[in-house]
Amino acid sequence: MSFQPVHFYQTGTFTVGNRLLSAEDRSVQANMERTNSLNSGHRACQGCGEALGARYAIDAAMNAARGRLIAANATGCLEVFSTPYPETSWQIPWIHSLFGNTAAVATGIAAVIKVKRQKGQSEDVRVVAQGGDGGTTDIGFGCLSGMFERNDDVLYICYDNGGYMNTGVQRSSATPPAARTATTMPVGPEPGNAFGQGKFVPAIAMAHEIPYVATATVADLRDLEAKVTKAMSIRGARYIHILVPCPLGWGSASHDTIKLARLAKETGIFPVFEAEFGEVTGTLKIRRPQPVEEYLRIQKRYAHLFGKQPAVETIARLQAAADKNIRKYGLLDQEAN
Amino acid sequence: MLKQTEGSHAVAEAVALCRPEVICAYPISPQTHIVEGLGEMVKAGEVEHCEFINVESEFAAMSVAIGSSATGARTYTATASQGLLFMVEAVYNASGLGLPIVMTVANRAIGAPINIWNDHTDSLSQRDCGWIQLFAETNQEALDLHIQAFKLAEEISLPVMVCMDGFILTHAYERVDVPTQAQVDAFLPPYEPRQVLDPREPVSIGAMVGPEAFSEVRYLAHAKQMQALQRIPKLAEEFHTIFGRDSGGLTHTYCIDDADVVVVAMGSVLGTIKDTVDEMRANGDKIGVLGITSYRPFPIDAVRAALQNAKRVVVLEKSLAVGIGGIVSTDVRMAMSGLQLHGHTVVAGLGGRAITRKSLRALFTKALRGELEHLTFLDLDWNVVNKQLERERTTRRSGPAAESMLRDVGVIAARIG
Repeated sequence: MSFQPVHFYQTGTFTVGNRLLSAEDRSVQANMERTNSLNSGHRACQGCGEALGARYAIDAAMNAARGRLIAANATGCLEVFSTPYPETSWQIPWIHSLFGNTAAVATGIAAVIKVKRQKGQSEDVRVVAQGGDGGTTDIGFGCLSGMFERNDDVLYICYDNGGYMNTGVQRSSATPPAARTATTMPVGPEPGNAFGQGKFVPAIAMAHEIPYVATATVADLRDLEAKVTKAMSIRGARYIHILVPCPLGWGSASHDTIKLARLAKETGIFPVFEAEFGEVTGTLKIRRPQPVEEYLRIQKRYAHLFGKQPAVETIARLQAAADKNIRKYGLLDQEAN
Repeated sequence: MLKQTEGSHAVAEAVALCRPEVICAYPISPQTHIVEGLGEMVKAGEVEHCEFINVESEFAAMSVAIGSSATGARTYTATASQGLLFMVEAVYNASGLGLPIVMTVANRAIGAPINIWNDHTDSLSQRDCGWIQLFAETNQEALDLHIQAFKLAEEISLPVMVCMDGFILTHAYERVDVPTQAQVDAFLPPYEPRQVLDPREPVSIGAMVGPEAFSEVRYLAHAKQMQALQRIPKLAEEFHTIFGRDSGGLTHTYCIDDADVVVVAMGSVLGTIKDTVDEMRANGDKIGVLGITSYRPFPIDAVRAALQNAKRVVVLEKSLAVGIGGIVSTDVRMAMSGLQLHGHTVVAGLGGRAITRKSLRALFTKALRGELEHLTFLDLDWNVVNKQLERERTTRRSGPAAESMLRDVGVIAARIG
């Protein structure tokens, strides 16, 4: 964590007390000047991880862009809960076109900014594209890859809650194995989502060797802000993948959103790292390693694993996947911490 | 300036003269030469302040165009056939958002069976998508319509498709008059958007609209097309004033004043039809032609006026509404409502099948004699069709139909003639 030299653990969590920091080190959210890009009054569920992640990410991007930011938004929860027209929570220029084309819409916006600047008709304006995991890893994947490959000047933010929550909790390619969704019900010999090969889009983004890729969770909001700020300091295609727990889809208590995001990181289920030009340049280390069971048990989408006969083998497979992440990304490598 | 040039290149030059700011495209035959030409002109710096973006699909092409147009840039793309279908979701989105994108459709058949040659099935499949559709008869008109299209699109904030017959026009070398930059600048003012993504004045575009306002929003799209119906003839007049040419407008008529039979068609086939009509007129046959330039909005009043003295109308269309017959015919029938005249649909030229004067003359002669059927498939090889139908009657696993029929035809590679 190059951007956070001092760790504040006094609250027993990773929460950093802003009042203990000097003014310039305080979070964007702590700043009275923050833009509230995604303003209050929207219709997200209680405990929505996506709303929290979007508020921090877009305010940080606005801060970095000095208020000159345009957002393109995929169809999905974020779009629906923020714009029940004539109300809109967006305080920034914002466009929703379709489910699967957000990266391309952002490419178009970025192209215009380039042209208008050449003509002396516009100041520098930055572009953010955002969508859920369905709009990013599934239906919007072609446009996303095209935007990466061309290295268009767009920061794409994926809010990953592991499923199509807006349509009623169906499986996406980001749904984890064994998880219950409306289309992967906990019935039959292999209940819940199948163990596939996985589709970890941050790694695919890295394969495009774009200037910046990062993952983050809503448990480490300072880390998220710092990554957005860093991404905004870079030109070209950038990608940030934020794990955002969904109380509705995960069957978790709304007060457990932050706890779940933290457990996803602390178990190794969700590796938190950043990469530049295809190479990992930093990881957020696991501070207190936890077994995946701690993460799984408080989510109803995994309830079928903990019945009268616990699915020991399935849990072991999930643990193995987390352990592999820990090895692969060096998440326990204390020396590098 | 008069030039002997390819249709695609003429269009590329016209688009370049319109000072586009963003051009995005994905290659598909027969649209390729247009975007190749523009790509080269942009890269060479001949089109100032323009970004040319090579995208990964037609869906992305239209999506980049949406982002670009919503950010206030004059935006152009081109496609055809499968490419148009692949971008359909974004095509509807562009018109729904009221974004004045101009797109060339180099009209081509839709598969299966895959076919690269010309008919109108692609853009006609998008008749209800909210875009204006203008059909060019010649390469000169294709060039001219693009200049008019930008002005029309931007005035009423709706996207416009300029449809030109694939290969027949796009790949034909003909003499065209390429206007000067000064002429185009005099006709086409800089784009002043109604809505724009601008940090100085933030707006939300593309919000969800429920039953409380959806009908009204959709009606507005219709109202705009009705405005276009008024504007299109006036734009053609303004165009004539500056460029000295008759191009565009809602319809073109030819020899209809005393015509018993009026043939209705769109696009380049109008040339062949007029040649045939000339031959028949020399024999005293009372036959005339109505060319439809503006397919959407559909000029019901102009069509009705052109047909009111006729006894028969023959709609010759390069498209097939499977299950009923004609696509354009349906609209023409609406225009004929209340008129006492016989209507005929002729499906012709599908997938590049040549429409010859010989066939047309036989067809029109039948029409004049009152012998034409309600629905005719011009030059259909009944032997091949009946053989396949018989095969399917007698053999359950009759195999892929198109391949069997090709074998029956006995061709090794596709021939247009």
